[in-house]
Parts: sequence; structure tokens; C-alpha cells
Amino acid sequence: MFYREAGDFSTTYREDSQTFPIKFDRYRYYAVLIIAFAIIPFLLNDYWVNAIFLPFLIYSIAAIGLNILTGYCGQVSLGTGGFMAVGAYATYKLMTAFPEVSMVVHILLAGGVTAFVGVLFGLPSLRIKGFYLAVATLAAQFFLVWLFNRVPWFYNYSASGQINSPERTLFGIPITGANTEPWAVYLFCLVFVTISAVVARNLTRGAMGRKWMAIRDMDIAAEIIGVNPLTAKLSAFAISSFFVGVSGALFFSVYLGAVEVGEVFGINKSFLVLFMIIIGGLGSIFGSFAGAAFLVLLPVLLKNVLVTGLGWPTDLAAHLEFMIVGFLIIVFLIVEPHGIAQLWRVAKEKLRLWPFPH
Amino acid sequence: MPDQLIYAIEVFFNGLMAGVLYALVALGFVLIYKASGIFNYAQGVMALFAAMTLVGVMEGQVPFAHLINAVLGTKVHHFGWHLPALVGIVSTVLVMVVLAWLVQRVIFKHLVGQEPIILFMATIGLAYFMEGLGDMMWGSEIKKLDVGLPQGINLWIDEATYNIFDYGFFIDNLDIVATIIAITLVGSLVIFAQYTKEGRAMRAVADDHQAALSVGVSLNFIWIMVWSVAGFVALVAGIMWGTKSGVQFSLSLIALKALPVLMLGGFTSIPGAIVGGLIIGVGEKLFEFLVGPLIGGATENWFAYVLALLLLVFRPQGLFGEKIIERV
Amino acid sequence: MLSNTDGYVTEDGRTIGGVVMEMKNITLRFGGVTAIKDITFDIREGEIRAIIGPNGAGKSSMLNVVSGFYVPQEGEVFFRGEKRPALKPFEVARQGIARTFQNIALFEGMSVLDNVMTGRLTQMKAGFISQSIWRGKAEKEEVENREICERVIDFLEIQSIRKTPVSRLPYGLKKRVELARALASEPKLLLLDEPMAGMNVEEKEDMSRFILDVNDEFGTTIALIEHDMGVVMDLSDRVVVMDYGKKIGDGTPSEVRNNQAVIDAYLGVSHD
Repeated sequence: MFYREAGDFSTTYREDSQTFPIKFDRYRYYAVLIIAFAIIPFLLNDYWVNAIFLPFLIYSIAAIGLNILTGYCGQVSLGTGGFMAVGAYATYKLMTAFPEVSMVVHILLAGGVTAFVGVLFGLPSLRIKGFYLAVATLAAQFFLVWLFNRVPWFYNYSASGQINSPERTLFGIPITGANTEPWAVYLFCLVFVTISAVVARNLTRGAMGRKWMAIRDMDIAAEIIGVNPLTAKLSAFAISSFFVGVSGALFFSVYLGAVEVGEVFGINKSFLVLFMIIIGGLGSIFGSFAGAAFLVLLPVLLKNVLVTGLGWPTDLAAHLEFMIVGFLIIVFLIVEPHGIAQLWRVAKEKLRLWPFPH
Repeated sequence: MPDQLIYAIEVFFNGLMAGVLYALVALGFVLIYKASGIFNYAQGVMALFAAMTLVGVMEGQVPFAHLINAVLGTKVHHFGWHLPALVGIVSTVLVMVVLAWLVQRVIFKHLVGQEPIILFMATIGLAYFMEGLGDMMWGSEIKKLDVGLPQGINLWIDEATYNIFDYGFFIDNLDIVATIIAITLVGSLVIFAQYTKEGRAMRAVADDHQAALSVGVSLNFIWIMVWSVAGFVALVAGIMWGTKSGVQFSLSLIALKALPVLMLGGFTSIPGAIVGGLIIGVGEKLFEFLVGPLIGGATENWFAYVLALLLLVFRPQGLFGEKIIERV
Repeated sequence: MLSNTDGYVTEDGRTIGGVVMEMKNITLRFGGVTAIKDITFDIREGEIRAIIGPNGAGKSSMLNVVSGFYVPQEGEVFFRGEKRPALKPFEVARQGIARTFQNIALFEGMSVLDNVMTGRLTQMKAGFISQSIWRGKAEKEEVENREICERVIDFLEIQSIRKTPVSRLPYGLKKRVELARALASEPKLLLLDEPMAGMNVEEKEDMSRFILDVNDEFGTTIALIEHDMGVVMDLSDRVVVMDYGKKIGDGTPSEVRNNQAVIDAYLGVSHD
């Protein structure tokens, strides 16, 4: 009833092209930001941060990244796990080589390194398309994991072959290592997530986003109206990989603290992020969040209900999770290829007219 | 002859044998892709699922035993029988046919006309589902599979090569059997496609859905048939690999190697799948033998993919595909 | 014979300028098939130039050569007095050639407005940083180009659907949106590939009016392929007639209508 655009006029093109043209949406967006930044940090404990909030925030960045490449530019990648590993190992090398430099710098640089690697593996996209490209990105996945597993320089010749995140502080507050406070790591990741989302939104609603979507919807026509496929695709690979790299960096340094590459950044990670954007919504920033939330919450929920509640063995719950996820992917592709984001949009359409739908 | 070269020749032959298995899985992909334009990522998991089912049936495992026990608090696990391999294989084939029917009925019937990439992602979903289902039905532990295929070193080759090179080649009997079975399978598939009514209908569907429909071919029937045949091919591949290294999750990853095989050989060509399989098999074994020790080993994990990627950059249509002329 | 710089006055009294685009001895082959054989013609500033011919005559291939999508094996293309090297299609677009397609090639996942805005992409040059924070040049460009697009949208009378996803539109409107996208780039040469294919009479009339108005108001040079003879004869100033990849006629509609080779190609001729 209060969700209306009537009486809410845009008088300039600038106003008309903002992210939330409807006033109510805009207020809700500010409300979410206030809750996330000013209220949640006070309510957090270790369990909530580690089981839900950190993975949700960090996967959101990865999902935004993959969504730029797949949802907006139409290039399916199965190499997300490998690119996250690049981000993780780049931060590790930077953290250990330059302990005095701020973590923020390291994480951004790690994103930059990943962007470079992403462009490298994105080059074939100029010649090959569709699932040919998807399979080609598997090369990145398997090669990168192998590289970090087998070349000792990457894990500083440690005996275990693992990488461990040493303690680093920001404004004197530890954000990596063993002595972190839940609210500090939460806020640290939240800042990255917020900036990522805003930047991604700005890029996708402007000239660059239109180039990507033109390539996605019909690459030949895009080229004929003047889009250079080389720069469009490679910029998508670069920016997407940057986000994925940042997410990998946070995943390792802030969230896990210790990583064995094959286990953490294997092909299943690639699929997990891909599933997030399919379920959440291809070509939607909100969908990236929704998908990440969904797939982070699902196992937690299953574990609480089945294992804690009904006393099932954990492996059975894990198998069931596989089945549910696979099933949901198929259902979404059949029923709503644009995912939760589209369901949300439809709900809003309805709400605009409610309670007088005619 | 220098020792290195002799070893390399042995590696080459072992690569050929491995390549035959890749080709076998790739064949399943080609069948489905030709008939329906679906690039079936789940083919590898189908091989795993088929092998698990075969073991389960032969050993008399109770399906969903863990689930039943967890829900009802019972302690069932085995029926207590051991069935001969042939019975196991026949029942597994039946299971795969039912599965084909379900896949067609529940999933792809609703996705007709969607973009290829959507279909591809749906098969990834299918792969996940089947992986969960397989573990749920039969348990996730590594299983031993023995359907009575000969295994171990082939003494005749060992002896013959020893007489020539002073060094006996190690070639596994299982690989030889696999090669023979694969050749038979390919031969019969070709005959089936060329000379039977169903085969002709299948080729018609592959060429043009609409046209095939208009001359009275049932698309549904053909698609179920193709998925069934692909399921059968998956079973054969599953038996070979399962016998070799046990039925376990990694089997579905090995089967993924069929993807680069296809990228080399082209998605629509059966000879392409075979040649691609052999190239990948030999290539990765030789690369691991020659370069692997220098750079840390285990290069088989990625060699096939990187090779396919490099090839595609220079020849996007694959080795045997025709040049694509784009139209607007 | 007209010289390259001279203009001429059309049958309806409009003044046409010098040559914008000149095709010289173009030959195009696909493998063993020769789609276009040794064709020469020109397009002049401000005129509406039609290419006609029976099915399979090579019209679309010809248009694809003009738009740079196909590179001919032989012959030369001159655009605004300069020889055009073998360019990539997107480079041709940046020279100011826009086109529509026979089978609509809109970006189905985007709204009408976004589709029209893609026509301005060649003009939008804001840097990455500016775009990612949506401040400065990016924002300014967005607004400026939006104004240009809105003018085109007004002109083609599609204001009411500007936020509608293209995939929801009926065929006739899609064709109009496609024209809008091409116009938004303010092209020096506009190529229309069967702009009226599959339309009913009213839609054809609308489209004809838009084509004439575009030519009239913006002075855009237009080259088009069309099957409907009535439309072609009414719209165009000069007509190229193709058959089996060869040019069999070139001139004003009335000249072409009386050309024996053209009559033979369309009505058939007894081979005895």
C-alpha cells in the first residue's frame, strides 16, 4: 500500500537512472545498511560470524564477480575456485613478504593479480564460446590448483604444503590470525562487500554494463553496433576475476586462516559459486546476495534439523544436501531461470498494485 | 635401443589404453549431444552411478540403507545374497533405462528449446543430484568391483617384448580387454546408427528436430533411447574404471577428461571422439613421463584441459570440425 | 554519368549530394560459391538507395559487405572519399555506419531504453574509475547520451515502452526499436535489411513514414533491401537490381521498372 511510485516523479535523467528509483526501495536500502553496519556488530558471537555471516559476505563478493562474467557478459566460467585460490595465495605471499603493509592493500593487490590471471585465461573467449569456453575454464581450475599444490614457492616451502594466515592488524585491531574479534572481522568483510556491490552496480548500469549485456545477448549484433568484443570480454574477465580474487583473499586470510588448496578451492567451489548465481539470479547484484545467503544457510539448516534435531549421521545430511542443491538448480532453470531475484521482482510488481490489482 | 626410448614406448601403449577409456566416455557425450544438443556434464557421474549400482546389486546391498536406518532406527544393510555379474549388469542396464526415462520426463521435456548453455547447467545440476543420490543409495565408501574381467600383467606381451628389447612391457590384461570391448561397442553403435530403423531415426533427429518430427519420428522416444544407450556406455566405462581403481568419487572426475577429448575431436564426431581420446591418453602419459618429474608431477590433472584450450585458441572448431561461417 | 562530387535532384525535388560510399568491382565468395560477382555502385549523401533482387540474389551479402561484416575477396570499398581497409565490424560502426537486421537482432535481455542506449556506446568514453563510482564524466555522458536517445525515442513514438524488456514486445515494435538503436548512433550511413519483412499493411505504412522522416529530418543517407516492390518504388531515389550475384540494373525507380533485364529476372524469361 505504501510501496508506490505514484507521486514519485523523476524530473531529470540523472534521477531516473539511479539504482533505486522508487523512494521506498531507497529507504529500505539505507535501513539495511544501518542495520548491517551499526546494529549487527553488537549482536554477533563466534558461531554466527563463522557459520553464517563471514561465509555469506565473502561468497557474496565471489558471486558478484562471477555474475559479472556469467550473468552480465554471458561467459560461463567453471574456474572460480581456481581464481579464488589465486587471490588467496597472492595475499599469502604479500602478507608474508611485506608484513608492515596494510591488509587492505594486500587484498586489493591480490584482486589485481587475480584480474591479470583471469584475463590470461579469458583470452580464449575471443575464439571459443558457450560450453566450449566453460570446459576451457576447467583448464584454469585444474591447472591453478595443481600449481599451488606442487610449486613450493607458493606456500613458502612449508612442510605441510598448507598456507597459514599470520596475525595482521588494522587500526591496531587484529583482523587475521587467532585473536580476532567477531565484530572486527565482520565489519572488515562488510566494508569490502558494500564497496564491491556499489561498484558492480555502477559498472553494470552504465556504458560498460551495456557492452557486456550486448555481448551476452547477441555477440555478432554487438560487434556490428560498435562493441569491441576483445575489450568487452576481457574487461568482464578482469573485473570479475578481481572480485573473485578479493573474495578468495578474504576467504583465506580472514575466514579460514589456513588453507589446503585442493580441498578448499577445488572444482566444487567453482560449482558452488555458479549455483549461487543460478539460484540467486543471473544478471542481478541482489541475486548474488540472495544466492550466497541461500547456499550458505542451506547446509547450516540441514545440519541443525537433520543432525542435531533428528540425529542423522553427518554424511547422510551431506548427501541430501547434494541432492537438494542439484534438484534446486534444475527446478530454477526450468521454472525461473532468473532465480530468486526475479521472484523478488515479481513480488514487488504485485506489491505495487496491491491491494487493488486492477 | 636406449632404455629411455623403450620406456617411452611402453608409456605410449599404456597411454593408448587409457585413451580408449576416455574415448568410451566421450562416446556417451557425443551420442547425447548429437541427438539432443545437450552437452551432458553428468556423463561422468552416470558412469560412477552405474558402477555403484552394479556393485550394490551384486553384493546385495539394501538401497538407501543408511537413510532407512537413520529414519526407522533399524540396522539393515545387506539382503545377504551375491549375484553373478551378468544378472548385476542386466539389472543395472534396467536401472539406467529407467533413469534415462526419468531424466527425459522430469527435466529435459521442460527445457526443450532453451539455450544450450542453460541445458548444460541443468546437466551440472543433474550431476550433483545423482552424486548425492548414488551416495545415499549405496553409501560413499570405496567399493571393490569384480565382474570377472582378467587383470594383471599380460605375460605373453611381457615375454615377447623381453625377447626383443631385453625389457618386458607391462601391459594390463584389463586394458586389453577394455580396448576390445570398446572397439566392439563402437562398431555395434555405428552399425546400429547406419542400418537400423531406430538408428536412422536417431540420425534424423540429430540433423533437424522439426523435420524429424514432421516425418513421424517420436522425439521423446529417440531421446530416451539415446540417454539409455549413453547410460549403457557409462556402465561399460564404469565397469572398466571400477575394476581398475575401485568405485569411488574420483571416477567421475576421471570421466570429466572426456570433455577435453571432445573439444579436440569435435562434439559431433564419433571418430573424432576416439582419435581425441587416444591423443589425450597418449599425450598426458608421455607428458607426465617426460616433463612431469621436472615440474612436480601429477600433470595428468590438467594436461588434457590445457592441451584442449591451446588447440581451441588456434582451431576453434576442433580437429575435425568444419569452419564455422557466421551469419546475421 | 554523374561525377563523384556532383549532386542531383530527385524526382520529388530533393537535392542529393556527392558520393558517400562507393563499391568498386566487389566479388565475394564462400568457399566455392560466389555470392557477389564484380559489382560496382555508389551511395550518395542524403539519398535513399535500395537494393532489390529475387531470393538468393546476394542482396544481404552485399549489405554485409557495406557494413563490413564480410570482407570481399576482390574489389575496393570507398567511404567518404577514402579507401576502406579490411576493418573489423566494430571499427566500421565507429566510422558512422549503422544497420538493422533481417531477423531482428535486439538484445533481448535488456529494456528498450538500454537497447537504444547501446547505439551510443561508440560515443561513451568515460574511464573505468569514473564509471565505477558513477561520478564525473561517466554520469555526465550518461545524461547527455540519454537526451539524444530520448529524442530518437520521441521521434519513433516508443516513449511508452522505454522501460519494457524487449523480449515482451510484438514484432512490429521490435523492428522500430531496432531502428531506434541504429538512429541513436547518429549514423552517416544507415543500412536497413528488409525493414518491412513480415509486417502487415499498416505497420509497413508506419515504417515507410519513419524511413522518409528520418531521411528528411536528420538528412540521413539510407541504403535498404526490400522485397515489397511498391514500397521500394515509392521510397527510394535510386535502385540497384541484383540477380545471381550480378548487377543487372541501376537507376531511378522508373528507369529500373522499364529495364528489360530486370523484367526478365522478376517475371522469368523463356529459355529457348
